Amino acid sequence: MRSALSFLSNALSRISGSAGAQTVSELLIDLSEYASLMTPSELTEAPPTCAASLVSPAVASQPLAEFNAQVTFDLKPCELYLLETGPAHTTQLTRKEGLQLYQTMQTLRRLELKADQLYKQKVVRGFCHLYDGQEACAAGIEAAISRSDHVITAYRAHGFTYTRGVSLKQIFTELTGRRGGVAKGKGGSMHMYAPHFYGGNGIVGAQVPLGAGIALACQYQGNQQVCVTLYGDGAANQGQVFEAFNMASLWKLPVIFVCENNRYGMGTPVERSAASTSYYTRGHFIPGIRVDGMDVLCVREATRFAADHCRAEKGPILMELQTYRYHGHSMSDPGISYRSREEILEVRSKSDPISLLRERMLSNNMASAEEFKEVDTMIRREVEEAAQFSCSDPEPPLSELCDHIYSNEPPMEVRGTHPWSKLRSIS
Amino acid sequence: FNSYNEEINALNQAMDEELERDERVFLMGEEVAQYDGAYKVSRGLWKKYGDKRIIDTPISEMGFAGIAVGSAMAGLRPICEFMTFNFSMQAIDQVINSAAKTYYMSAGLQSVPIVFRGPNGASAGVAAQHSQCFAAWYAHCPGLKVVSPWNSEDARGLLKAAIRDDNPVVFLENELMYGVPFEMSEESNSKDFVIPIGKAKIERQGTHVTLVSHSRYVGHCLDAAAVLAKEGIECEVINLRTIRPMDVDTIEGSVMKTNHLVTVEGGWPQFGVGAEICAKIMEGPAFNYLDAPVTRVTGVDIPMPYAKILEDNSVPQIKDIIFSVKKTLNV
Repeated sequence: MRSALSFLSNALSRISGSAGAQTVSELLIDLSEYASLMTPSELTEAPPTCAASLVSPAVASQPLAEFNAQVTFDLKPCELYLLETGPAHTTQLTRKEGLQLYQTMQTLRRLELKADQLYKQKVVRGFCHLYDGQEACAAGIEAAISRSDHVITAYRAHGFTYTRGVSLKQIFTELTGRRGGVAKGKGGSMHMYAPHFYGGNGIVGAQVPLGAGIALACQYQGNQQVCVTLYGDGAANQGQVFEAFNMASLWKLPVIFVCENNRYGMGTPVERSAASTSYYTRGHFIPGIRVDGMDVLCVREATRFAADHCRAEKGPILMELQTYRYHGHSMSDPGISYRSREEILEVRSKSDPISLLRERMLSNNMASAEEFKEVDTMIRREVEEAAQFSCSDPEPPLSELCDHIYSNEPPMEVRGTHPWSKLRSIS
Repeated sequence: FNSYNEEINALNQAMDEELERDERVFLMGEEVAQYDGAYKVSRGLWKKYGDKRIIDTPISEMGFAGIAVGSAMAGLRPICEFMTFNFSMQAIDQVINSAAKTYYMSAGLQSVPIVFRGPNGASAGVAAQHSQCFAAWYAHCPGLKVVSPWNSEDARGLLKAAIRDDNPVVFLENELMYGVPFEMSEESNSKDFVIPIGKAKIERQGTHVTLVSHSRYVGHCLDAAAVLAKEGIECEVINLRTIRPMDVDTIEGSVMKTNHLVTVEGGWPQFGVGAEICAKIMEGPAFNYLDAPVTRVTGVDIPMPYAKILEDNSVPQIKDIIFSVKKTLNV
């Protein structure tokens, strides 16, 4: 009750203007805080673990040599479009691979939940689009390509930023806008970069032609690399996406177009925005696969198939990953006005990507519950350390405000806010 | 040494030499390859370099501009041609948000070495949708360089500089200038001849008034200056060459000498190149040397009409420049 009252007084002081900038999004932040106060804690904490009850004490205390080093799993077959054969129906997972995938996905999960916290503490500002629920997509794709391949995505980008090699510290510090951020605080949530990772792009759909262009460079340079170009179900209706499809197909560019279909474009369910929700067929003349995006092994196998297709110079291919986001579109969106709490809870309990992998490994005797718990603890600690650092790192120096306008250029003068403000810019 | 070259040849040769010099350079756009270029600027290049380096695109400006930018991010050095800059509006998000801002947003991690080129501004009888000047629009944005050559030597040196520049450069040509022959200096023969971006050129020395212009209207200014000289008025004519970053120092130095300034451009007056020059002069030391307010000579503030008499009266004529100089000098 007390927190509800303080929310109301905060909101009122914002509206009356006494708290400084009163933007709609700040009011929405308060509303989402209110919503999280009023809802059960599932929405802001880790999903309930259901694996514990499956593991008998005997399994948990077995020595390492007793675990299966490798298991073959059946995979849900992918729906195919313009393809005779698709990804393999089974996949082999080694214990090591499994633990690595688990660690990656759990790190992504904790990263996003921490980002949520930091945003509510107002140390992260502006837009913050969280990826929790979609971990299998980023982890599965990265497992099937190499660092010399290329990835580009839209603004729900923290997951790929991590899988492409940016450290937790550099990610959090970019979110908090400090000098240690991967983009020195200049970019924020939507503009993080790494070698062969081209962001983080804020304009819906713009990254798709960019990705086709990166693939053009791969083809031009003859380096056998592919470009994974991701977009959402919302972006799938952008004209420039179809322009990119046409040119990629004409010129047989080695691009894997990936539609991360999380069923909602901001607040609009797919049925209300797309005349055809079979996103994997919307490349028309481009072969497509529809993949269970909650199963990291499905995603991995499908991406292997897609990458082989491209490297064999067969041209582009389209993968639709059916996935789900637990958070709303961004931190300003509680995510419950256009979908039901029941739906969110159902996905969490039946299709959570991290739980699915853990259960699989436990029930096939590939690891123990203790091991997973140890990994969880380690990740929590790493995330906490990185977040602490990001809150204590100093802000970027004002002297660097105008840097990085031009590349490879001698220092120049930049006009400040008034004619007497002559600022310096270096490359 | 006298050598005359039409501007279109200067552009063609510049691209040819840069394609030969650096295999990462390539040209893409509508009709650039097998058609030899909509205005024939890329004539012969496809025959020489083939499909890999000279790429015909479908009519998909947003798509192919994005592809060009992506290829620049991944290590190539594309020249992206817009058949005219009017069509660049379809792709403007890629130019501004994907190209211009990226080096800054990434704090220097990701550069975008790309040239967007094509004809800009009024042509002849092509009417409103095909006649807009985009100098002011693109020059508004930090992260871009905007270049506007006048003569063949400008075209050659600035295009080479633009291709060698590691930043996104908007290169504004003028269709009416393509067929105009200009004398070329001996030094411009060199394959490494580049004109520095960001430096204006004083085309004609004068003492009574400074005329600042870019692209086709530099020629108009020189013609007006010739007429005015007969009446004893000596104009200093400055060819901006680069719109952004603008060479304010050269303009200020000239104004501090002549005490009068007239800007001449083809684009619309509001929020235009001349407007920016006025603001810059007022903010700097040259203001105190002005004996009269700055005069802007611009295109008429209307969409471009079709009929010849209307079109002719929609853009600055030489008589308009002469009239404006005399008004500014109060003679």
